[in-house]
Amino acid sequence: MAFQTNSKIVKWIDRRLPIFSMMHHELYEYQVPKNLNWWYTFGSLAGIILMLQIITGVVLVMHYTPNTELAFDSVEKIMRDVNYGWLMRYMHANGASMFFIAVYIHIFRGLYYGSYKQPRELIWMIGLVILLLMMATAFMGYVLPWGQMSFWGATVITNLFSAFPVIGEALVTWLWGGFTVGNPTLNRFFSLHYLLPFVILGAVVVHLWALHTSGSNNPAGVEIKGKKDWIPFQPYYTAKDMLGFAVFALVFSIFIFYSPDFFGEPDNYIPANPLKTPPHIVPEWYFLPFYAILRAVPDKLGGVLLMFGAILVLFVIPWLDTSKVRSARFRPVYKWWFWVLVFDCLVLGYVGSQPPEGALILIGRLATAYYFLHFLVIMPLVGWFEKPLPVPASIHDAVLADKKAKESADA
Amino acid sequence: MRKFFLTAALSLGVVTAAPAMASEGGHIKRLDWPQDGIFGTYDRASLQRGLQVYQQVCASCHGLKRVAFRTLTDLGFTMDQVKKIAAEYEFEDGPDEEGEMFTRPGAPYDYFPSPFPNEKAAAAANGGAVPPDLSLIVKARRGREDYVYSILTGYEEAPDGFTVPEGGHYNSAFPGNVIAMPPPLSEDAVEYADGTPATVEQMAKDVVNFLSWAAEPKMEERKRIGLRVVIFLVILIGLLYGIYRRVWARVDH
Repeated sequence: MAFQTNSKIVKWIDRRLPIFSMMHHELYEYQVPKNLNWWYTFGSLAGIILMLQIITGVVLVMHYTPNTELAFDSVEKIMRDVNYGWLMRYMHANGASMFFIAVYIHIFRGLYYGSYKQPRELIWMIGLVILLLMMATAFMGYVLPWGQMSFWGATVITNLFSAFPVIGEALVTWLWGGFTVGNPTLNRFFSLHYLLPFVILGAVVVHLWALHTSGSNNPAGVEIKGKKDWIPFQPYYTAKDMLGFAVFALVFSIFIFYSPDFFGEPDNYIPANPLKTPPHIVPEWYFLPFYAILRAVPDKLGGVLLMFGAILVLFVIPWLDTSKVRSARFRPVYKWWFWVLVFDCLVLGYVGSQPPEGALILIGRLATAYYFLHFLVIMPLVGWFEKPLPVPASIHDAVLADKKAKESADA
Repeated sequence: MRKFFLTAALSLGVVTAAPAMASEGGHIKRLDWPQDGIFGTYDRASLQRGLQVYQQVCASCHGLKRVAFRTLTDLGFTMDQVKKIAAEYEFEDGPDEEGEMFTRPGAPYDYFPSPFPNEKAAAAANGGAVPPDLSLIVKARRGREDYVYSILTGYEEAPDGFTVPEGGHYNSAFPGNVIAMPPPLSEDAVEYADGTPATVEQMAKDVVNFLSWAAEPKMEERKRIGLRVVIFLVILIGLLYGIYRRVWARVDH
């Protein structure tokens, strides 16, 4: 049903800028599969967290000073003297972790239900661009408080670029704006940390545009075929996402108010000291799997390339996955490999958090090897050899089958 | 690799992608702190005693530069008492109308003065080791209160066969077990105004409580607001769940 109104003002505006028609279209006419489960709430959740990060970030900038002499002190002023400054900072610092949790779950959900497959390849790829932007933003944001881990994390990560032959050294000097990580580095990181979230926001709009072109995938992995398959976003998914968001807000609040330094490193409460290396430099938890991949290769350049490769390989999985069936629900073999991959990523995260010693070196290498084998070998082969279960004829049929299974389980 | 306080300042690190080195952790004692837990608050009497320990013992080497006297009202002092505490210190101020610097007694808006004018002076006076500022020490160490307490009470005879280098002291809690700081606390190092016996353990607890407050002065406000937020959200979740069930009752799913 097309947008209708009796308001003259709304009509006047809508004639010139059809914003009301557009909202009406996306909320009431846009067809959303009726079988989306709770894993599907993490996308809109990530969007809300992005907005929270931008709002708290803008407030923090009102009090923060991007200068190596003043940055740490200005952050402590925020914590002690600015009204609710501690709340803004703890929200922002923990919000970054929450953002990655939401986005990682969102990505694994996409992997499980085959949301990257035709015709949704571009939604997936734009999502990966968002992930890369998030990583750059988070990394630079972590440098801003100018604590020990900020400084040494920045030093280690920017030094990676020196691995590139010929241009490496010049490249690092260019990135630093000097011959060490220093004030120019902090200033440009601050500038980019303020810019990139808005680039992410733009990428999110494109992500949603592509999404609303092909429509959401769903746990059954079959397209909408009839009236019984879909419901409008409003009020059904607004109600569902709001509940999801409230539950998230509770978890988020428990971190902010009762364990605000849970994701942080104690060393970052020590002002940066270029003359004193912390005994154990670790990146933030959301980089740990990639850090493990980086360290798995004895050669620095190889490690750097493999680390970037770990994300780049995700760009081509729409073509590496040869299965005609989208949802892992109907893929009895692939389903298990999916969980092996989840486990593998957790192992990589653990290895990344530990000093590279003893058995962990070997475990890190095996886990790295599996990560790439999963996408480059297992995905194409399983797609060829696996005999998928019968796929439901429609979303409505899938819902009915679920209902029946549930009833017989209850009985 | 053991990192000693003495050598750490000089270790100009050559950074590779894998600079992680496990430092041998010391023995950390686990205690219950009044500020722990959802409803934990600072023990005001202990904070006041801890301030006394800081002023009479720690302050000769360690600064507390992020703590303003005005915030001492958190410890249960009145503003008049705070003014008196601040006035015990002298600050250089100026320039005055003639362009001269002058000294004046401290006021609530001043911050605790640091004992040394700069890091070099601090290192020179302490055999090369810079005594860290204590404003954030509790948050800046893994183990927080437990760690600082364990350091303060961890001075022991070195076990047989363990050589303590010159200028170092054996400490069971410090990574590597050799610390540059001489044992700061001894029985009755301070005389508590409230008559609490000043044992090493008591003084350590009090000063750790005080430093915990110094590192996180908004902790009580944080937990107080947190409780309201959590209660609000639990109710909100209940209401939204009701809405969700009602809205979705119309869908065959």
